[in-house]
Amino acid sequence: MTTGVNTVGLYVRDQDEALSFYVEKLGFIVHTDVRNGDYRWLTVQHPDQPSFQLGLFKPGPPVHDIATAQTLHEVVAKGAMPPLVLLVDNCRAAYERMCENGVEFTQEPMERYGSVDAGFRDPSGNGWKMIEVAPKPQPGSSK
Amino acid sequence: MRQSPELLRRLLRSKDRMDGAPHEDWPIKRLAHVSAVSVAHFSREFKKAFGTPPHRYLLTRRIERATALLRDTDLPITDIALQTGWNSIGTFGRIFKDITGDSPGEFRERESSISHVQREIPECVMRAANRPNLKIAVSEKRRIQSVGKLGVQSD
Repeated sequence: MTTGVNTVGLYVRDQDEALSFYVEKLGFIVHTDVRNGDYRWLTVQHPDQPSFQLGLFKPGPPVHDIATAQTLHEVVAKGAMPPLVLLVDNCRAAYERMCENGVEFTQEPMERYGSVDAGFRDPSGNGWKMIEVAPKPQPGSSK
Repeated sequence: MRQSPELLRRLLRSKDRMDGAPHEDWPIKRLAHVSAVSVAHFSREFKKAFGTPPHRYLLTRRIERATALLRDTDLPITDIALQTGWNSIGTFGRIFKDITGDSPGEFRERESSISHVQREIPECVMRAANRPNLKIAVSEKRRIQSVGKLGVQSD
């Protein structure tokens, strides 16, 4: 049995918009999408990572008062939320594919420090770094 | 006065564009176009959103790039000045010294005498962390003189 971090949430401007971005443009799958009154618990996950859920949460009542929700919306839209990192097998191929899907890239793939990375934002303003998985160390070599 | 998240998201787009290509000229008209707002509206709202006028934000990115190139490469200082968006090596040297306290040559010499451990912090985060904080009076004074040379006007 594996234990570890199960869910981490992002604040998004609009849950339908976020859902279509993460599912249709990035290839995530829906894990949970349930409502309780006006409240909607929405999580997605990467198809290769079944033990982890990414929550797509909208700031607002009943969790936040109106003023706090407005502040959170502003902070997200200013791109001030903490960094997010997506690992991919091939950064340039993923970039091509995602560009075709209309993902807004802030940085084209660049090779740095022996790896390739690119940057994009989700529609709400959350910034992602997309990093190519480093090649596996050769058997017998120390890391 | 609060700003709408929709406007902020569009302002972030012009900030992202400056981040992606700080060496390019970013006249205020171009930035306003990226954010799809009027020129007058852009300057005011950008400063309100990010606490610094757009041209000064661009300056922090250029200085951050220049310090990284001085530290991590052997490129001649003239090349670094041109690559980070300055048209004149003299202007670059003067503004660099105003902001960092060292001339580009002194900065390079000092940095090369310090050993830098392999970074565990992602590069993009380090870039942001290494940006100068341009809130001090001396750079404010210099900023006013340098505005024209950066190709960005505040209004």
